[in-house]
Amino acid sequence: MDLILKGIVEAFKLLVHGDPAVTMIALLSLGVSLSATAISLIIGIALGTAIGLTRFFGRRFLISLINTGMGAPPTVVGLVVMIFLWRNGPLGVLHLLYTPAAMVVAQFIISVPIITGFTLASTQQIDKKMQFQLQALGASRMQMVWLLLKESRLPLLAAVMAGFGAIISEVGASMMVGGNITGQTRVLTTAIVMETGKGEFGTAIALSIILMILVFGVNLLLTWVQQRSKTS
Amino acid sequence: MNPGSGGTAPAGVTKLTVAYGTRKVLDVPALEVLPGEVLVVIGPNGSGKTILLLCLALLLKPTTGTVSYLGQPVTGQRQILRLRRRLAVVFQESLLLSNSVWDNVTLGMRLRGIPKNEVKARAQKWLERFGVAHLAKRQARTLSGGEAKRVSLARAFVLEPEVLFLDEPFAALDSPTRQALLEDFEGVLRETKVSTLMVTHDRNEALALADRVAVLIGGTIRQLGTPAEVFNFPVDEEVAVFVEAGNILPGKILSQTAGLAIISTDGREIEAVSSLPVGMKVTICLRHEDVTLSLPGAGPLTTSARNRFAGRVTRIFPVGSQVRVTLDCGFPLAALITGRSLEGMGLKEGQEVVSTFKASSIHLIGHHMT
Amino acid sequence: MKFSGKRRAIFPAILLSLAVLGLVFSLMGCAVREVILATTTSTQDTGLLDVLVPLFEQKTGYRVKTIAVGTGAAITMGQRGEADVLLVHDYTKEIPLVNSGDGINRKLVMHNDFIIAGPASDPAGIIGSKTAIDAYKKIAAAKALFISRGDASGTNSAELRLWTAAGISSKGQSWYQETGQGMGATLAVAAEKNGYVFTDNATYYSTQKTTGLKVVFEGDPVLLNVYHVIQVNPGKSNKINGPGGRAFVLFMIDPEIQRIIGQFGLGKFGRALFVPDAGKTEAELGVQ
Repeated sequence: MDLILKGIVEAFKLLVHGDPAVTMIALLSLGVSLSATAISLIIGIALGTAIGLTRFFGRRFLISLINTGMGAPPTVVGLVVMIFLWRNGPLGVLHLLYTPAAMVVAQFIISVPIITGFTLASTQQIDKKMQFQLQALGASRMQMVWLLLKESRLPLLAAVMAGFGAIISEVGASMMVGGNITGQTRVLTTAIVMETGKGEFGTAIALSIILMILVFGVNLLLTWVQQRSKTS
Repeated sequence: MNPGSGGTAPAGVTKLTVAYGTRKVLDVPALEVLPGEVLVVIGPNGSGKTILLLCLALLLKPTTGTVSYLGQPVTGQRQILRLRRRLAVVFQESLLLSNSVWDNVTLGMRLRGIPKNEVKARAQKWLERFGVAHLAKRQARTLSGGEAKRVSLARAFVLEPEVLFLDEPFAALDSPTRQALLEDFEGVLRETKVSTLMVTHDRNEALALADRVAVLIGGTIRQLGTPAEVFNFPVDEEVAVFVEAGNILPGKILSQTAGLAIISTDGREIEAVSSLPVGMKVTICLRHEDVTLSLPGAGPLTTSARNRFAGRVTRIFPVGSQVRVTLDCGFPLAALITGRSLEGMGLKEGQEVVSTFKASSIHLIGHHMT
Repeated sequence: MKFSGKRRAIFPAILLSLAVLGLVFSLMGCAVREVILATTTSTQDTGLLDVLVPLFEQKTGYRVKTIAVGTGAAITMGQRGEADVLLVHDYTKEIPLVNSGDGINRKLVMHNDFIIAGPASDPAGIIGSKTAIDAYKKIAAAKALFISRGDASGTNSAELRLWTAAGISSKGQSWYQETGQGMGATLAVAAEKNGYVFTDNATYYSTQKTTGLKVVFEGDPVLLNVYHVIQVNPGKSNKINGPGGRAFVLFMIDPEIQRIIGQFGLGKFGRALFVPDAGKTEAELGVQ
């Protein structure tokens, strides 16, 4: 119990004094996870609407793949990405391993099925005739998709929160493909595990509190946007 | 609003088929919507009516055949997009987006690049015309079924389309709402004279609105004509059953004398005005309203009706404000009489009655050997 | 109803994303200037590398990626050419690596000591034992609680070698518990449960204030924790940074750096955590 108190005090100190190492770690966590979320938003929404609005051979199989992907253990994703990226692996020439870019890749793979799955579910909920109606009103394909996406903005914001939440709190994949290197690829989650391993529980708790504040902050913003959309 | 240039049909199809795999669901060699007319397509569920509408409205690509506008066949995606912007479609569901009524009504115009002041003027006008101007600021999701339907109609009319398509627009409404809306809608159609194609399974709507009726059964058009033609003189049995042509009996022509035929049915003989040849098998169509009932022993009636049969009442049940009385005259026959007549005659089940009907009331459908 | 046009919009989206990614990647720096150093978690946990690595980077211009994994993983990375140089402390795994030709330039760098720590109450009466094996035997006899890392790390490897040497099969005994975790976490568990624990002195001292454990045995030569730096043989693959690995080996045995190693810990813990050994032979230390 006193450890937790100690952790809170330490967190406060770190935040107030703006410890550069901790600031770097926190910013990197945000940077990596927000980038991965942004990229998976673009691809996830595009894929989700395309699959949700069309029929094609093998569609159901693809949908079950996506649903499976939503539950794929992040650590497994990390392991596979690492094997692909290491020097002797098929993508070794990219020299991505142990860089933040590798972490973005792994986190992207973890979150894109989540966002695709949510988008898919929400587009499927829309009455099929709505596509016809919008086209009849004169919407081009792009305009129609945009209008339909606006219709499902509430579930889509939920998707973003789910996707971001999953990856900013992820540690296994980030550790494996990032390497937790000081000043380069250390993020909040890997730092927490490392400090715990060292027995530095106070620091670990402090970092955890900072992580929670970040996650809470982002979700607060997204929830505010979501609830505002509800009334507009 | 363009009522159509000269005589060229605003919209039409040629050799249109739609098939899913090997299953053909629509096969229409030719159909046109004439300028300024209301063409109603009726048919049972699954007959392909909606698919026909979607093809004509350029929302669905047919398997074979062409869709033409003003005599020109439509080809290419760009032409389709341009033409769509000259049409309007109303579906059974109101399909409003989740913003305000005003935003919904103006969406089509905004998509078509109509100038702002024009948008405002038209939206105002048509919201008032359909009686929903007071709902302009409301969230579309909060409207009742009838209100939403009026908004979706306004949304279509603001576009001043060259052709208006409606797919069972009133089917999802309850009876009183539907009745009120139908009257308003009929008024608007008469005023605007926009070329319209409407799909419905309700014969009353067809009777009320149509200039011409097309009967679509099993993917093919069985009959095309004025409502009177279609409902009184159905061209074959399936159409007859669908348009509820009345009593339908099988028969065979026994003799033919200068346009007056004697048909046997179930051992009895009926006289009908017809030129069909002797020996032909026929379907006899006789409207319930054309059968008169009287009590036996009321003396021989002086009437021009050549058909007179004694029978026994088997069933009595109400239809709207009238009563259908089914008899067994050796063959089953049903008559539609007023409640007053029922009371006046004191008819009950099992009672003996006499039924009469004119030879000219009978419509025969000949079964030609194919 | 087919709606093929939408698919065409996905391709630009994917291309755009890949383009952005590609741009990001290309900014990540060239691989020729990178040196991947595989080391163990205990080494990283001491904090020594946080001092040495920046010095190396400054001096040579190489960018070092320090990957702290278990000894087993570090050795495997060396075998597979996924690292350029190793800093490890388990001769039983290092020697086969050199023999197979995967590792070259194996140089002695430094050592610290393993110790046995435990509760101040010393239930098994270990304090005053003559040898490590002695201490072990006392623990076994008293069935005193002993917390092991049980994670095939270099430290764990040394701990187990001693049990074998003492002729005691500790695994499976009720008083022998394995955490499967790093040194710091294992020390915390030992402190919590008032058990004995086999640890390196660097981690012990850096966590002593929190754990409250006491040194109950130290000093036996067999408890030397010896660190070697090994270059991964660049001849085996052209993806290995030969010059970088070699530079790091030379750096670690450089007299100036050795001096820094010898001073590490004085400021923070009041005692030096390592003894620099470059230039000595293994035989001098009584190890392999």
